[in-house]
Amino acid sequence: MSTDAINNAHSAKHAGGLLRWLSTTNHKDIGTLYMWFSFAMFLFAGALAMLIRAELFEPGLQLMRPAFFNQLTTMHGLIMIFGAIMPAFVGFANWQIPLMIGAPDMAFPRLNNWSFWLLPAAASLLLVSFFVPGGSISGGWTMYPPLYIQGGVAYDMTIFSLHIMGLSSIIGSINIITTILNLRAPGMTLMKMPMFVWTWLITAFLLISAMPVLASALTMLLTDRHFGTSFFNAAGGGDPVMFQHIFWFFGHPEVYIMILPAFGILSTVIPTFSRKPLFGYHSMVYATAAIALLSFIVWAHHMFTVGMPVAGQLFFMYSTMLISIPTGVKVFNWIATMWRGSLTFETPMLFAVAVICLFTIGGFSGLVLAIVPVDIQLQDTYYVVAHFHYVLFSGAAMAIMAGVYYWLPKWTGHMYNETLGKWHFWLTTIAFNITFFPMHFTGLAGMPRRIPDYALQFADFNMLSSIGAFVLGASQLLFLYTVVKCIRGGSHAGDNPWEGADTLEWTLSSPPPYHSFETPPTVK
Amino acid sequence: MAILLTSWAGKAYAAYQFNLQPPETFIARQIYDLHTLILLVCLAIFVVVFGFMFYSIIKHRKSSGREAAHFHQNVKVEILWTVIPFFILVGMAYPTTKTILEMKDTSESDMTIKVTGHQWTWQYEYLGEGVRYSSSLATTQDQIDNKAEKSAQYLLEVDKPMVVPAGKKVRLLLTAEDVIHSWWVPSFGVKQDAIPGFIKDSWIRVEKPGIYRGQCAELCGVGHGYMPIVVEVLAPEHYTAWLAEQKAAVAASEAAANKTLSLDELKTHGEKVYTTNCAVCHQQNGAGIAGTFPPLINGTAFSGNSTQNTRLAELGFWKDGKIVLGPKEQHIKIVLNGITGTVMPAFGKQLSDLDIAAAISYERNSWGNQTRDSIQPADVAALRKSANK
Repeated sequence: MSTDAINNAHSAKHAGGLLRWLSTTNHKDIGTLYMWFSFAMFLFAGALAMLIRAELFEPGLQLMRPAFFNQLTTMHGLIMIFGAIMPAFVGFANWQIPLMIGAPDMAFPRLNNWSFWLLPAAASLLLVSFFVPGGSISGGWTMYPPLYIQGGVAYDMTIFSLHIMGLSSIIGSINIITTILNLRAPGMTLMKMPMFVWTWLITAFLLISAMPVLASALTMLLTDRHFGTSFFNAAGGGDPVMFQHIFWFFGHPEVYIMILPAFGILSTVIPTFSRKPLFGYHSMVYATAAIALLSFIVWAHHMFTVGMPVAGQLFFMYSTMLISIPTGVKVFNWIATMWRGSLTFETPMLFAVAVICLFTIGGFSGLVLAIVPVDIQLQDTYYVVAHFHYVLFSGAAMAIMAGVYYWLPKWTGHMYNETLGKWHFWLTTIAFNITFFPMHFTGLAGMPRRIPDYALQFADFNMLSSIGAFVLGASQLLFLYTVVKCIRGGSHAGDNPWEGADTLEWTLSSPPPYHSFETPPTVK
Repeated sequence: MAILLTSWAGKAYAAYQFNLQPPETFIARQIYDLHTLILLVCLAIFVVVFGFMFYSIIKHRKSSGREAAHFHQNVKVEILWTVIPFFILVGMAYPTTKTILEMKDTSESDMTIKVTGHQWTWQYEYLGEGVRYSSSLATTQDQIDNKAEKSAQYLLEVDKPMVVPAGKKVRLLLTAEDVIHSWWVPSFGVKQDAIPGFIKDSWIRVEKPGIYRGQCAELCGVGHGYMPIVVEVLAPEHYTAWLAEQKAAVAASEAAANKTLSLDELKTHGEKVYTTNCAVCHQQNGAGIAGTFPPLINGTAFSGNSTQNTRLAELGFWKDGKIVLGPKEQHIKIVLNGITGTVMPAFGKQLSDLDIAAAISYERNSWGNQTRDSIQPADVAALRKSANK
């Protein structure tokens, strides 16, 4: 059956235009919605970052007052995490999981529609909060009380918005777990699933465990603000530090929620362009599970400076150091996959290789931060800013870019422009390092994070970071252009444009038929 | 490009610093060495592991005619690269644990200073000596707004540093009045959160007299970037002299509280107090920030959140959407006790009667406000007493 015939069959059966997107229950449509939503949020939160870097270009206040600066840093963090990175991975899950396990769609198609359409509602609450009296929240994305309790109505809007986003994540995760456990093609045992599906299965369990914890912390903030409770207010018998414990009990698994699916993408892309099966599949699965379990017992390494007892510091330091073992196993496995392969470097592979290198730098700075005495010096400095951008931008976001270039031919039926893709890659990678590498130095030298203005000895590195950031920001417009160009046309991709790809999605047409696999394939 | 280069060359003051600040205490030196050790171990691992990867990237290319091998596991290698990192980690954990135990040992100190974080000043209280004062940013607003040349210690200078004797073990007790702050001096290797309602401790012993600088390290609101920490370490005999001076100043200030000052005297002193304590929010020109921080200029429009509007109206400072000059007594009470439910802090715990009287006199007679009210320290003292009853 040709692609055109399939498309014609759809337009007869399904709503067109805007209504198609509002009412769709199709995993691919919903996946597309997630991806575009995420990209819009990525550009918006990126624009906030451009403003931050413009203000930090030179010492002194040039463009804004500190109050607005604090709104920018806070909202940049919140929107990137909850609006850009997480929905992008859910977009991948929607598109790829049914395709990779040989299913016709997700297990709960209507729930799937709802879990997406909750997001624009939640995001609008966040965005509108810039315009309410007092402006948006400005106490940092971590929302520590008592500072958080001081703010205006934007704080309540943000709490509500995050409640809705949490609901969306939980619904999405239930859907993903049910799909993976019930809709796999005959013969596909758990230990034969593609690694991307494995990482998402584990991530979904993390989401279900972590999001309710965030919701409870937020609810306690809300009642402290409006209903006279004192969970986090010392004057009423509460404890501000308790919020940090609860928040990071969610917050640390959250870090892995944003990186495990990225590992899944790498574990798919690297074997394809090495033309060799993934090395150590079993140990990869166990390492992923080990990281997920450990992620629940390391939370207080985010708060070594609150003054916890020695035993607490030692426990959380040792457990944090342990995480580097399964993470190391993953890196070693990827390199062993490349070893004696037959490598080519199309855009997805370039991104994947860069992610291994740069994520590892972020991993090493994480190890440095795990060492309590050193963390005492580096906590809340630009070193930490460098660290989490190495894991979240050059880890999560660049893995998302690898995945987008890898699957775009399947999703659109067209090849993207390889030259543009490579330009995007090199600009992004070089600009990223110019932006964030110097932050290790400013952090070590003593520059606190979240300040609108800084002492003169930090001036040169900050200017360098800002220049890098502007290039990094502009390069993402090239990404947009390359993707749109690919959707609109390009050379025909065929069923499988990648020589080394062997997962089930490549057995379907590009783009795949409306109900992906109407008859389940058999996996040997 | 040329402009960019000249502006870089012009910044001769910015010495490049790639590493931690020079350590000045035993603990800070250990931290410095630990960081160097771990950085080197990480670098070594990075070179070895990515040596393999880059070798593969260069040699194992399809374009040079490589056929892919088919292996996909090797139990021995996999066990090896799980076990070796474990032992490397144990090697890192051992010296670290020793340092942690030493950092936490605050016993047998020679003296104790209580450090209290306020939005956005630090207050130092020398326990048992009766000496207590606030330490605020000394950089002027004009420097921040690029209207004046920036001083060498831009944003890292205070009006009155914390002073400690060299070679003595000083125990620090840290707490905060409003939100969480964090007291951090990099060259001492001390960063401790100051948490409202709780007292945490830490310690320093600095061998070399000198001036050491740090900053608040926990986001604490709009003034977070503007509450530096400066510690002056004096030789013990100079410290003793300094402490005696402070005690004399306390006595003198108590005497001044009973004096009556002229409006001009009050305004001159009040401007200083206003600049360090009030201008962060209400701005140097008294115009506040729309929607957040009320202007202090009579007749200026303002609308904050509903709590703010209601409270201001109750106190007589807000009518028909405009800020008005409310009654003197209320004005003093607001500065003394803050406004509950808003960011306005209680300055009664930080400032003397004289400072508060002067600041209010200044506010009521500046930026077009002309009440000719001169508030005396005794007026503040009277209300302070009645509040305590």
